[in-house]
This record gives sequence, C-alpha cells and structure tokens, in this order.
Amino acid sequence: MEEQPQSALRHQTHRPWLAMLLSILFAGLGQLYNRSYIKGIVFIVIELAFIITFADFIGLGLWGIATLGTIPKLDHSIFLLVYGILSLIILAIAALIYVINIRDAKRQAEQIRNGWKRPPLREAIKQAYMNSFPYLLSVPGFILLIFVVIFPLLFAISLAFTNYDLYHSPPRNLVDWVGFDNFVNLVTVPIWNQSFLKVLSWTLVWTIVSTTLQIGLGLFLAVLVNDKRIKFKRLIRTILILPWAIPNFVTIMIFSALFNDQFGAINRTLLGWLNIDPLPWLTDPLYTKLALISIQVWLGFPFLFALFTGVLQSISHDAYEAADVDGGTRWQKFRYITLPHVLFATAPLLIIQYTANFNNFNIIYLFNGGGPAVRGQTAGGTDILISWVYKLTFTTNNYNMAAAISLIIGVIVIVFAFFQFRRTKSFKEERDQS
Amino acid sequence: MNHRLKSKLEVAGIYGIIIVMSIIIFYPLAWALGLSFNTGTSLYSSSIIPKEPTLEHYRWLFTSPESNYVTWYKNTLIVSSVSCLLSIIFTSMTAYALSRFQFVGRKSGMYAFLLLQMFPVMMAMVALYIFLNLIGLLNTLLGLILIYVGGQIPFNAWLVKGYLDTISRELDDAAKIDGAGPIRIFVQILLPLITPILAIVALTNFMLPIFDFILPSIILHDKSKYTLAVGLYNFVTEKYSSNFTVFTAGAILIAVPIAAIYLFLQKYFISGLSAGGTKG
Repeated sequence: MEEQPQSALRHQTHRPWLAMLLSILFAGLGQLYNRSYIKGIVFIVIELAFIITFADFIGLGLWGIATLGTIPKLDHSIFLLVYGILSLIILAIAALIYVINIRDAKRQAEQIRNGWKRPPLREAIKQAYMNSFPYLLSVPGFILLIFVVIFPLLFAISLAFTNYDLYHSPPRNLVDWVGFDNFVNLVTVPIWNQSFLKVLSWTLVWTIVSTTLQIGLGLFLAVLVNDKRIKFKRLIRTILILPWAIPNFVTIMIFSALFNDQFGAINRTLLGWLNIDPLPWLTDPLYTKLALISIQVWLGFPFLFALFTGVLQSISHDAYEAADVDGGTRWQKFRYITLPHVLFATAPLLIIQYTANFNNFNIIYLFNGGGPAVRGQTAGGTDILISWVYKLTFTTNNYNMAAAISLIIGVIVIVFAFFQFRRTKSFKEERDQS
Repeated sequence: MNHRLKSKLEVAGIYGIIIVMSIIIFYPLAWALGLSFNTGTSLYSSSIIPKEPTLEHYRWLFTSPESNYVTWYKNTLIVSSVSCLLSIIFTSMTAYALSRFQFVGRKSGMYAFLLLQMFPVMMAMVALYIFLNLIGLLNTLLGLILIYVGGQIPFNAWLVKGYLDTISRELDDAAKIDGAGPIRIFVQILLPLITPILAIVALTNFMLPIFDFILPSIILHDKSKYTLAVGLYNFVTEKYSSNFTVFTAGAILIAVPIAAIYLFLQKYFISGLSAGGTKG
C-alpha cells in the first residue's frame, strides 16, 4: 500500500531526454536506464562487436576511398575503392540501427513516465519477436540486394569520376579521382565526342523507329484479326505470336546467317529471284541498320499484337454502336474510340518497350557485334550506348569512360521509368496513404 | 451487291496480309529447320529443302566428344531452376514484409526498390565482374544465380506486394484471433492465395537465364560452364561457315520446347507483364 505513491513518483521523474542522450552516447545505455536490461545488453554487445570487427576495415576503407592509395604497386586503388564503398554501406546500416536504438530508448522512457507497466518477460519476448519479424523477413533479400545491386551501382557511379583505364590500372599504377573530367572529355575531346554523338543519335533513332514500328504493326494486325468476318482466329493468333515464343538469341543468330553477305539466303535466294545484286547487309552501316530495325520489328510486334488483342476484346460494343448511329466512318471509330482506349490501357507497357529497345544489347551484339567496325573509333557503325559500354569495358578497358556512359544511360532510363511508374497502381496507393 | 463485293474484297485483303505475314514469320524458321537436316556443314551447298535429309547434326550434338551441348543444356536448366526457386522465396518474403507490416525503413525501402529496378543490371557489369572475382564466384554458376536472384528482387517485390495488398487483411486478423503466428498466416493462408502471381514470377525467372546472353558471357569463361546462349554463340563465331548447320540443330532443340511452353502459357506471360506495368 505504501509503495503505490512512491512508484508513481518514480514514473514522473523518469526523463525521456536522458534515456535518449544515454543511447546516443552508447547504444543500449538508454535501455538500461529504462530497466530493459536484456535489450540494453543486446544493444551494447552489438555495438561492441561492431566496433571490434569493423573499426580497422572502415578506417582503411574511408582512407582508401578518399585517397585511392598513395604508393603505386603497394596500394591497389580498385580494391581500396571497393573497401571504401563497402565501409560506407556498413556505416549506413550501423547508423540505421543506431537511430532505431535511440528512438526506442526515448519512446520507452516516455511510456514509463506515463505510467506504463512492464509486461512479464515471456510477453515482452513475444512482442520483441513480433516487432522484429518484418526485419527477419526482409533481411536475406536485403543483403543480397546490397551486394548484387546497390554495391555494383555505387561502384559504377564512382568509376565514372576516376581515370581507371588501361594506362591507370592497378597494381602497377594508381587510379585517381578526376571529378567530371570524363564527362567533359566525352563532349569536348574529338575522338570521344565524334563517337559519342554518333552512337547517341543512332541509339535514339533506333529506339524510336524500331519501337514505334513494332507497336504500329502489332496494333494494325490486332485490329485486322479482330474483324468479325475473319475466321480461324485462334490459329492466326498462334502463328502471329510465334516469333515472341522463340528465344531471341536463337532467332537473331539465324537472321545473322540469313543476312550474311556471301552465303546468306537473303542475298543468294531472295534478291536472286528479284534480280537484284547482293547487298552489303553486314559490311555497310546503313544496310546493317535497316536489317536491325526489320529484325527487331519481326521479334517485337507479336507481344504487342497479343497485348492489343486482349485490350480490343475488352472494349464494349456500345461505343461502336453509338458511333454507327451517328454515321461515323471506320477511321473515325478507330481514331476516337479504339486508339484512345488501347493507348490508355497499355501506356506503361509501351514505355517499357521503348526502354527495352534503348538497352537492347542482344540484337545489336548478336547480329553483327555492333559492326561494321569504323576506322579509328572504339564504337562500331551500329553500336548503341549499351553495346559500346560493353566494348569499352571488355575490349579496350576504358573503364572510366564506360562508367560515365553507363551513368548517362541510367539518367535517361530513369526519366523514362519515372513516367511509367507514375501510372502504376501500387505507387498511387502508397502515395494516397501518405 | 456493291456493298457485299466491297466487304468480300476487304476480307480477302485482310487474309492476304495475314498470309504475307505468315510467310515472313515462317521463312527464317523453316530455313533454319531445313538447314539442320542438311548433310555436310557448308552453308553454300545447303538448301531449305534438304536433298538427302539426315539427323547427323543432331547425333553429333549428343555423341561427339567435342560437343558440349548436353553440358550447356544441363547448366542452363540448373541456373534456371535454382534462380527460379530462390527468387520465389526471397521475393515473397520481402513482399510479405512490405505489404503486411509497418516498420522503420519500410517506406524508404520501397522507394529504394522503385529506383533500383529502373537501372539495367548491365550498367554495373564492371562492378559485378570485380566483385565476383573478389569473392571467388567468377566463372561459377552460383555467381550467376546470385546476380539473377538479387537483381529481380526490386521489381518482383513490387509486383507481389501489389497483389498481396489486394487480399483482405481480415483474413490475417481472423487467423490471428485463432492464434496463428505470422509464419503460419503467411504459409497457410496467404501463400495459396498469391500463387497466380508467384507463378508469373517463377515463369519469368525460369525463362530469363535461358534467354540472357550478356551476364553469362561476362561471368562464365570455361566452355564447360557456359549456358546455351553463350555456348551456341561462341560455337558459331568460332568457325562460322562450318559450324552453322550444327548450330541450327542445337537451336531447334531449344526453340521447340521453349516455344511450346510460351504458346501454352502465353496468357500468364502477358497478364504478368501487364500486371507489372499497370497493376504493380
């Protein structure tokens, strides 16, 4: 009976700011002040273990990423950069855990001040398990993501600001930070800016022309086959979807042989019938480009055909009947009913088509290796940005330039993706909640 | 009469276009199929309708000691099935956490996913190469699998999370009242309900390693480690004119089963892609 007022007094004097301050000083101290002994000890052990295990590594990493090494042959700049990035990632995770620790200490101290009763141990453990469950679920995926996506991305971004190439390759030489020099060189130094402008403009032409053609052909055929008077719809649709069902590396390599200048069937058989001289499909950039676009349309239209067919079947007949009553022509019906409906329903997917072709490495590389080669340039006549990056990386070892161009690709892709994602449902839901 | 004639001409025109398209679609495929039955290896003397049809190229793929075809097929299937399985596990766990729990870092994690799934994996190919080299997984199938599995998490976690959001939370609450823990709720109640979307995740992740060329060509260096795409490409470019008929035989043996699966399951593929694009 006597204890009641005394403990009530103790609640009121419990200070959240002190708990917070203690937890800032050293993780877990605030929890000890809150008398959550187990939790406090766990936090202290985690922080001690962290300091003991990672202190040296992070010290080396931070020094490494700042200097990229000082003694050639002894310091390996690239490994130092890797250590540095890993250190930054580890520090970020540690900071997150620290913030959780501080918030936890403060929140619990506030609860104690407001007269909260500590649950029995079993209850507390169960609660802790429930609270940490989502983290347990996402940790495996998160760790994999860090190593496979986040770390490589940070590394690639860093490389764009170094001079890592054949002449600055460790362990023989050191790599240095060069700021925006690579980007400046890309647009000012003649050997780079000629290739860059040529490749960039072809990449854009390629993306726009091939994607638009494949969308156009897909829509055209979908509308034709959807006509009431056409029979054998299932068979026709299966045939038209066929190119999409075959792995595209197989078809691209078959086409590469079909278009071969000397023994390809296009030159020998098809043009032979038409009495046209063989055309330099693989040796003249212009013809290679024509061939690439035709092949991509062949490969790409079936998916869009299937997609549009699905959408067309979902348009209600009422709108068309109303148009018939008003005496609308077929073109008007297509222009004002079909087209808006189809485009609205598929817009994000159409944007994906453009992004996919923008980075369509397979067709460029497998058809003709980005060639024909151009004298004095690292980029071939039909290289797009992504296949040029591949060549710069694995053929000429211009890692820094490859990384800088990758970064430009990334920025362009993000702009595309932004428009695509503004329309998706879960994104909207998330925004509505907040 | 005039009206009916016009209609008939139109229908004939449509059939005409469809026939032309069919020829354009079938010609390259028929040409490859024809080549695979030709005798000899020369592209010059071979024709679309073989003079003396033979199965020698198919036999060569499976019996010749020089041929790695069976190994490549096996590697591809290993990479495909393992990365498909791991993808489902990692993705569904992450999506469950994002859809059903409120926790510190949830929102920022989701926006990070959104941002990360926009970057093509290829952008970081140098880094992946150096990283796998560092941890000794370069030139291994495991290294390739890890990259496929990790790379697909951001996109597919959104996809599955969006699907989970449409399932009423009352189900979870009812199970909770009956005393089910979070693991049981997930495995026994939610997992069966999200199988349609998981099937799509499984299908795309099974197909990706079969289709992909660039990643395996960066990571795998030994002939015995190649997947089909890299193996066949290098096989053809090694000795172009003399290997091509054998290549077509190998290509047909991949294309036929894959095409069959695709045509059979096309609805799922297309609904999966549209779900990713519009329903997310």
